[in-house]
Amino acid sequence: MADENRQDDGRRPGATLRAAGVARSFAGVRALRGVSLELHRHEVVGLIGPNGAGKSTLVNVLSGFDLPDAGTVELEGREITSWSPHRRGRHGLARTFQHSHAFRSLSVRENVEIAALGVGAGAREARRRAGELLDLLGLSAHEHATAGALSHGDERRLGVARALATRPAFVLMDEPAAGLPESEVPGFEAVVRSVRDEHGAGVLLIDHNMALIMAVCDRIHVLDQGQSLAEGTPGEIRENLDVASAYLGESALVEAESG
Amino acid sequence: MTAPAPGGLPLAEILVIDWQTLADAVGLGSVYALMAVGIGLVFGVLRLVNFAYGQLVMAGAYALALASERGWPVWAGILLCFAATLALSLAMERLVFRPLRTQSPAVMLVATFAVAFLLQSIALLWFGSLGKIAASLASLNQPVTVGGVDIRKITLVAIAVAAACLIALVALLGRTSVGLHMRAAAIDFRTARLLGVRANRVIGSAVLVSGLLAAIVAIMLTVQTPLVTPEFALRDTIVVLAGVVVGGMNRLLSATLGGFAIGFASGFLGGALPTDQSQYLPSFLFGVVILVLLVRPGGLFTRPGRAAVERV
Repeated sequence: MADENRQDDGRRPGATLRAAGVARSFAGVRALRGVSLELHRHEVVGLIGPNGAGKSTLVNVLSGFDLPDAGTVELEGREITSWSPHRRGRHGLARTFQHSHAFRSLSVRENVEIAALGVGAGAREARRRAGELLDLLGLSAHEHATAGALSHGDERRLGVARALATRPAFVLMDEPAAGLPESEVPGFEAVVRSVRDEHGAGVLLIDHNMALIMAVCDRIHVLDQGQSLAEGTPGEIRENLDVASAYLGESALVEAESG
Repeated sequence: MTAPAPGGLPLAEILVIDWQTLADAVGLGSVYALMAVGIGLVFGVLRLVNFAYGQLVMAGAYALALASERGWPVWAGILLCFAATLALSLAMERLVFRPLRTQSPAVMLVATFAVAFLLQSIALLWFGSLGKIAASLASLNQPVTVGGVDIRKITLVAIAVAAACLIALVALLGRTSVGLHMRAAAIDFRTARLLGVRANRVIGSAVLVSGLLAAIVAIMLTVQTPLVTPEFALRDTIVVLAGVVVGGMNRLLSATLGGFAIGFASGFLGGALPTDQSQYLPSFLFGVVILVLLVRPGGLFTRPGRAAVERV
């Protein structure tokens, strides 16, 4: 049912968001050193790595909030490296933020509607999407509350709802589960899966919650010090001891070895 | 105010308070509230204090005066008035606001000063300093008797029109996509743009609405002051700006209340004080403005200490 309204006409199945050889430095610090990454529709890719590994920089480059010093970003075969975030949004690329960019004095529902309106949905369609997404994310009870009154976890979910309101082909989620109580993580897993399975979107998921990453990702991409360290299925990554030492720390390494 | 007035008499003894004065004060407050909305809307989305708002009203008033001079029917004059303020506000947006949008608020404020004096000079050149009479709606100055009190028709019209405008505005902001975009842009312009809110459309809408309101204000003010000169509405604009700042510029509601309050105060004191005292009115009014700002720099009608506010 959602298929009829998705703006994916002309989008080839299996279309791809691709970063190729992306490099970015800040004041001499090389945040990304030639990173390549592919995200297809109908899949969830995890992006993990220690703090400062370059995860957010990569998301910023992919979403147009930052320009790479070298390398390109392609969306469905078109180079979009210098496109504005909004132009990318209209072409099916959405993101969430670590820090809430919600309009704090607008209602939760209005926050979602405005995202849908922004990519050209009509007022009625925007209302419909908002209702549907607030349901999906369990925010219906707060739909008339102002966004500023939401708890931290609900604010993150509102960010996800806003990104999904654009009916994206690709969603970049920057720590969407941070601040969610542990009990709500399984519910969030279901949300990510439904974005993949029902909306057919490709999801790039950054999060520190390894249980969530391992549970929902089809593939995992590991960054360390601005470089790709490993890529593979959750099973493969879990067994990669390099990753364990870089990301999970010594104790995890011991656990992995003994377990 | 219980302190003795300049003449040494208690204030209550020199004030002439009656229902008619009160009604007139509410009427003036309503007109000033509309001006405050016109100024506040544009400030909300552009962070621009449009000092030239009074000259928009002046242009509307000249349109009414020219129509009345040529003996046009009332509706044609009103139409011309709307056409003049709308055309002028859109031109202002296109030629001044839009190119300067990314400049600092100070640059934009000074630019609107320049626009104000430019328009005033053009009016002086075209129409001379003697002024023209906009007389076609003068009959609205006739009183009607409401509950034994004589109230001028224009007072009732002003109150009703202001209420209708404010209700329409609330509906526009609360129930339409453009309104939602305007509110979002007023809270966080950058994020709104990222989400696809079209800056020019939002700013254009705010300027358009503020131009419409300028026409309505011009009609109301010419009934009370039919003599249209290049300085028309200049003093009103300064008073309203003071009211908007006193009320709290950061929210449209508080700005509107501020406009109403200063209009009411100035209408009430102007009507209630004897003539030899009322010449001190502006100094008194601005003295109060300074006092309020010293005590409540954020505005009278804002909650102190609130970080995130809705500006439209």
